[in-house]
Amino acid sequence: MALDLEGYLIDVERARGLEDIQTLILHLRDQYGVDHIVYHWVSSDGEQYGCGTYSPEWAQRYVDKDYLRVDPVVIGCFQRFHPVDWRKLDWSSKAARAFQAEARDYGVGRQGFSIPVRGPNGQFALLTVSHDCDDEAWDAFTLAHQRELILIAHYFNLKALELEHARAPEPIKSLSPREVDTLTFLAMGYSRGQVADMLSISEHTLRAYIESARFKLNAANTTHAITRAITEGLIVVGGTSRAADGGWPGRRTPS
Amino acid sequence: MLRYVYGSDLSDHPRLTDTMFRDRATQFRDRLGWEVTVDPNGWEQDEYDGLDPLYVIWETPSGRHGGSMRFLPTTGQTMINDHFLGLTDGAAIQSPFIWECTRFCLAPEAGGRIAGALMAGGGELMRAFDVTHFVGVFDQRMKRIYRMIGSAPDILGEAGSGRDRIAVGLWEYDAADRLRVLDRAGLTPEQSERWFEQSFGRKVREMALTG
Repeated sequence: MALDLEGYLIDVERARGLEDIQTLILHLRDQYGVDHIVYHWVSSDGEQYGCGTYSPEWAQRYVDKDYLRVDPVVIGCFQRFHPVDWRKLDWSSKAARAFQAEARDYGVGRQGFSIPVRGPNGQFALLTVSHDCDDEAWDAFTLAHQRELILIAHYFNLKALELEHARAPEPIKSLSPREVDTLTFLAMGYSRGQVADMLSISEHTLRAYIESARFKLNAANTTHAITRAITEGLIVVGGTSRAADGGWPGRRTPS
Repeated sequence: MLRYVYGSDLSDHPRLTDTMFRDRATQFRDRLGWEVTVDPNGWEQDEYDGLDPLYVIWETPSGRHGGSMRFLPTTGQTMINDHFLGLTDGAAIQSPFIWECTRFCLAPEAGGRIAGALMAGGGELMRAFDVTHFVGVFDQRMKRIYRMIGSAPDILGEAGSGRDRIAVGLWEYDAADRLRVLDRAGLTPEQSERWFEQSFGRKVREMALTG
């Protein structure tokens, strides 16, 4: 039965966490009738995570043994961006051959096909399908599914980027004392003219402070900037923030 | 012959690499007057050469660079999305099926056949890896060259005037186009496929299984 690609991609878009991705990978593996499918994220500093159908023992061993440094699939794909058949990789070193033998013992399969994905800022991931079959059957499979796999790899990666972003949002840039004063007084309901007078600056300069604060907070307009500054605990309304000792719920005073 | 070489493998081809980056300095700095960076070795390189791009390079019988171009996937960092969003109304071009093509360069003595061969190489990449489009930034002179070799792109946006007018264009894969480009380059499909296989260790396309 052929995969309903469109429906599948919609399901990927709707995934809410790695557990959902895991379920979708299992589904894809069963649809394709292959041994394994794995999505593997590797950051430039060597941090990695993934999900897929390899046995937990193999996944654990891979991490424990630091196979990221040995695995010809990761090493080979990191510097490329076209889909790679494992037979075309360099398995000649002793370490690579030992790794390959061990992977087979853990049921990874003789054949493999990996789609490298390059994301923003040097982010890198792989979608890999592996299976135990002869060359001819494998060529037929990869030829038939390459395009589909490229698309699925891309969707998994977009989802992973989204989940990663939600887990570790970009740190809010801190505001300068003048920007803090400006937003605080505006939040208290003073007009721009009044705020400019209170800070002994021109309205033109005040606008520059508002604008840079808005940019730092990634806010659409002044009201949005004020709301964000309050939720982030950057300004405290009801006293001046510089005098306040922080303690906004759930947030420590920035040191 | 055509070679397909990733940035990390350029060191396997020292003469080809050296002459390629020198020819790029000649074309982009000396002939076109672009503000590019040329290092003390006379090599023109930019930040995208450091991102492990894929180069398609024409190697002359004497082992020197005859022409080349550079590809990067648009899901990662690209020149267009970093610097030329103004030409596409701010819309980033990002797709696993679109690769960016930049630094199309010909050696000073290179003729139209080499340009055509490079285009044919681009076509093989599309066919092999299910790439549907290439996107690129170019100026008016390049636009004429592309037209001359029978591979004019669709223009997505343009800005500037006269010599400085630059455009973003999109090339779509077209099987009929492929034979025409090969023909103009004086290449047979078999030759082109053999060069591809030499670089990638695989065929452009396995024979479709029939029956």
